[in-house]
Amino acid sequence: MAINILLVFFALYFVVMFLSIGFGLLPGLKKFFPNEDPFVFANGFIFFWIIGDLLMRFFMQKLPVMSVKPLLTLPVKRSTVVNFVLGKSVVSFFNFLPLFAIIPFGIMLIFDGYETSMIITWIFTMIILVLIINFLNFIIEAFSADSELSFLPIITVVGVLFALNHFEILSMTTLIGSGLLAIASNPILIIIPIVILAACYAFNFKILKSKLYLDSSLKSKVAEVNAADLSWTKRFGDVAPFMQLDLKLIWRNKRTKSMAFLLLIGVLYGLFFYPNPVYADMVFMFALIGIVSTGFFLINFGQFIPAWDSGYYKLLMSQNIKYEQYLRSKFILMVISVVLLFVLGIPYVYFGYKILIAHFAAAIYNIGVNTHVILWGGSFNRKKIDLDKKAAFNYQGTGAVQWLIGIPLMLVPMALFGLVNWLAGFAAAIALLIVLGVVGIVFHKKLMKGITKKYLDSKYKMIDAFSQDN
Amino acid sequence: MIYTKDLSKAYKGTTVLNIEELTIPKGQSFGLVGNNGAGKTTYFSLLLDLIQPTTGSITTNGIVVNESEDWKPFTSSFIDESFLIGYLTPEEYFYFIGELRGQNKADVDSLTSKFEDFFNGEIVGKKKYLRDLSKGNQKKAGIVAALIGNPEVIILDEPFANLDPTTQIRLKQIIKDLAEKQGVTVLVSSHDLMHVTDVCERIVVLEKGNVIKDLETNPETLKELEVHFASGATVSQEEE
Repeated sequence: MAINILLVFFALYFVVMFLSIGFGLLPGLKKFFPNEDPFVFANGFIFFWIIGDLLMRFFMQKLPVMSVKPLLTLPVKRSTVVNFVLGKSVVSFFNFLPLFAIIPFGIMLIFDGYETSMIITWIFTMIILVLIINFLNFIIEAFSADSELSFLPIITVVGVLFALNHFEILSMTTLIGSGLLAIASNPILIIIPIVILAACYAFNFKILKSKLYLDSSLKSKVAEVNAADLSWTKRFGDVAPFMQLDLKLIWRNKRTKSMAFLLLIGVLYGLFFYPNPVYADMVFMFALIGIVSTGFFLINFGQFIPAWDSGYYKLLMSQNIKYEQYLRSKFILMVISVVLLFVLGIPYVYFGYKILIAHFAAAIYNIGVNTHVILWGGSFNRKKIDLDKKAAFNYQGTGAVQWLIGIPLMLVPMALFGLVNWLAGFAAAIALLIVLGVVGIVFHKKLMKGITKKYLDSKYKMIDAFSQDN
Repeated sequence: MIYTKDLSKAYKGTTVLNIEELTIPKGQSFGLVGNNGAGKTTYFSLLLDLIQPTTGSITTNGIVVNESEDWKPFTSSFIDESFLIGYLTPEEYFYFIGELRGQNKADVDSLTSKFEDFFNGEIVGKKKYLRDLSKGNQKKAGIVAALIGNPEVIILDEPFANLDPTTQIRLKQIIKDLAEKQGVTVLVSSHDLMHVTDVCERIVVLEKGNVIKDLETNPETLKELEVHFASGATVSQEEE
């Protein structure tokens, strides 16, 4: 339920975004480019939108092909099944989203004095264009499924289109822009995009029909094993088996793999703020940015402990394991990530030495306090995570815990830092974070004991919750 | 060895398991049969302290399972796929279980090499993750993993289901050897009356959580069980 609410929330967010583009585009263009015809100007950018849409869909939208498995054994014609799958893809959210921008923009243009019939034709052309992108994406995906390097087809298509345009070999921006304008002023030409759409559909139909068998497109993928040498974890002693397990967990599952890339976002996080002079004087923000930046992995990985292991939690609980070792492995991983993110973030010193100092204090605070806080919070996790599910827009396992834990994790240190900074100055505020962190490190053993007890106390509840399908 | 006393488990007032007293001596191969919902898996889960008893307790080797964890080193089990770690290869899984049970790689290798027949060349060295194996092969890996580390008590829930005939026969031999030659207490549950009577010295029939038969296996046992379940079948059909 919570998942659905979140998804609806995101959907609404994007709808509002697109609506504001739809309504804001015309006044915006008029204001910033008073000498240009807004309609012509906007059409010139459709090419970039196509490229962006294709890229986004490639990563987010999949043909709903698995849902037809039960239909195969029923007395339904194969071509009907294929048409059903392709038809179903049309009612995707990705196809409705652009309408929220296209239609308001069209209406604004009509009110602005553009010819109604022309704009209506344009709107229809755009809808056809959206559908072309929809089916073009599935063709690209079909090719990438066959290719060794799965990103190659999309990169080729997007790259070639972009290069043609960029090096002015074939100006795609003007081609598509003037094409759209031509159709708008001469409605009969709408035949051309319709033919393209039909061709894309037919091609998809052909690919899909030949693949709609259990041993081709309906087959679940069997991944090649990637084994890395993890013997370096041996230096951590008795925790090593768990660390190896955790590293494999992260590297071999779709949901967790994206976690590794979060390290990168963590490093770059500061760039969203520091180049902006507005933040230069907001010293209290440094602590928050430092905590989020150095703790990016910690927060994202830690909040789902122990749900990452929910699939085989019964095994762990019936085995002769020391719970404390199991948790310490996660702790060490988080500490390593914090240190790594801090080191990689050292170049932020460019924006001022205070930032580096604040990041250092934040890193210590993350290691000493936040690791324990998030482990403690994990003992309240009661939601299973299915590791095989894709990562983007996946809120499985998210519950109230994930929201509440953010308060002690980020708001408390920011408030403390801000308050002391205001009362006693920067140095005192930094010292406070460091002292808190060091206290946490000193009492690590004690804290872990308490946390371990908390996990043991909720053992039966967790086993029960993790064996439910939510 | 395993002593169950006044054990019951109830969910929201409905009792799903109720065992007054049950003693399983060391080295016995013990079979648990019953229809769906009879309480077999519930009993095994209680034995492994995965759920809490409503009343009573299970004591193994003098250790009350829901009070101390000291039974864990000598107990191992394979209940269902949730005992497998999908993103590991079978070898990695064996080594991981081995490490938890104090066995090094060589120990694990020498144990698993004894089961080459049983694996039928489909488990080791295939470079496949457990999640990508067929149900039957997953089961083979899970069962062998439960044998790692010289456990004294082995609990297998429905071990014969999903296995091919050849593997079923091999598994029966493995279970017999464990109980007879190595003195391991083996607890097995099954829907297949023939397999259980082949393997187990003693068979307990559960029905709606109660022990209704406790049989020493002899040549007549299979007949007796078949008669019992055939009559039960008509009853349950009427209920539906």
